[in-house]
Amino acid sequence: MSAEGGTLTTSGYIQHHLTNLAVCSDAAKDATGHCHGFWTFHLDTLLVSGILGLVVFGLMAMVASKATSGVPGNLQSFIEMVVGMVDQQVKDTFHGKSALVTPLAITIFVWVFVMNAMDLIPVDFLPVTAAAVGVDYLKVVPTTDPNLTFAMALTVFVITLFMGLKIKGFGHFMHEVFAVPFGLKLAPINLLFRIVEEIARPISLSLRLFGNMYAGEMVFILIALLGIWQLPLALPWALFHILIITLQAFVFMMLTIVYMSMAAESH
Amino acid sequence: MNINATLIGQAIWFAIFIWITMKYVWPPLQKAMADRQAQIADGLAAAERGKHEQELAAKRSADALREAKEKSAELVAQAEKRAQQIVEEAKGNAKVEADKVVAGAKAEIDQEVERAKQQLRERVAELAVAGAEKILRKEINASAHADMLVALKQDL
Repeated sequence: MSAEGGTLTTSGYIQHHLTNLAVCSDAAKDATGHCHGFWTFHLDTLLVSGILGLVVFGLMAMVASKATSGVPGNLQSFIEMVVGMVDQQVKDTFHGKSALVTPLAITIFVWVFVMNAMDLIPVDFLPVTAAAVGVDYLKVVPTTDPNLTFAMALTVFVITLFMGLKIKGFGHFMHEVFAVPFGLKLAPINLLFRIVEEIARPISLSLRLFGNMYAGEMVFILIALLGIWQLPLALPWALFHILIITLQAFVFMMLTIVYMSMAAESH
Repeated sequence: MNINATLIGQAIWFAIFIWITMKYVWPPLQKAMADRQAQIADGLAAAERGKHEQELAAKRSADALREAKEKSAELVAQAEKRAQQIVEEAKGNAKVEADKVVAGAKAEIDQEVERAKQQLRERVAELAVAGAEKILRKEINASAHADMLVALKQDL
């Protein structure tokens, strides 16, 4: 299944599965046609995550527009259950008033969950289908692309910063940056601590999701290499993985809520 | 693992989906859920109220029943008393009437007796006269009385 057309080696198979469908200008391509440099787009990540998001949020918006306060239908009940669960977490953790936190948490939970769930489709299914229609590379799980997880973590970081500024006001915010935890006399150290903390958050947030999903995908690929023995192994791992994809979506959402509540509340 | 412009694209997607959720998903669902919660709360309150009212009504009906029973007992007692009174009155009236009738009858009997006595008295005179006549007729002896009759004739 190697796009290079050579013999199918184990490392080649793995490599192929872990390569994104990248597009860039011709100038950015190296001799073998691979893209390098910043101005490269992973088309598979962008399209899969975008289509999944449009479908699932489109569906939710459609159901929400017809939502009744009477007896809800099955789909509305299901969506309300998910949304209600997220809202309950927000209520338990975030004590400020914000119209943004709950929608943000819902978006994160639902989107990350459906993207992670792409992992449950057998590893060769979509790439082979794509190869049949002339697409050489296809990495189907968007959350195994660090670009996506970093994008989400950075967005959360920016929103957190703006919310902190908005709720506390510039003066209070700056005071907190320079005077917590050691008081104003040690302002440089406080600032340093704050910077480390603020940088560590998005990195840990994004790498946690990326690492878990990447490792999970890797195990699926390795199981797929076992020939007939993959049959008894793929199912248990997929079942176990259902837990992981839900848990990772939940953790990402929960940490976001926690960061937001820390930004909104005084230390 | 290389960070590239995909990052920007993903951030845009993320922002779009947050916007969709914030504008079209969360508010209607939140409203529907809150409304339903309010409806359920109202329903429960109404049920509680209904139960309370039912209890009150039961109490009221028991009260009314008790009152009605008391009243009916009172009425029955009154009626009994009245009936007794009427019976007494009737008895009295009957007695008076009976006395009257008896007195009337007695008077009539007395009258009757008087009349009978009168008649008897009259008949006794007649009988006495008849008896006397019979006696006289038997005693009369033309010869014995001839003297008297002659004397009588002479007086004439």
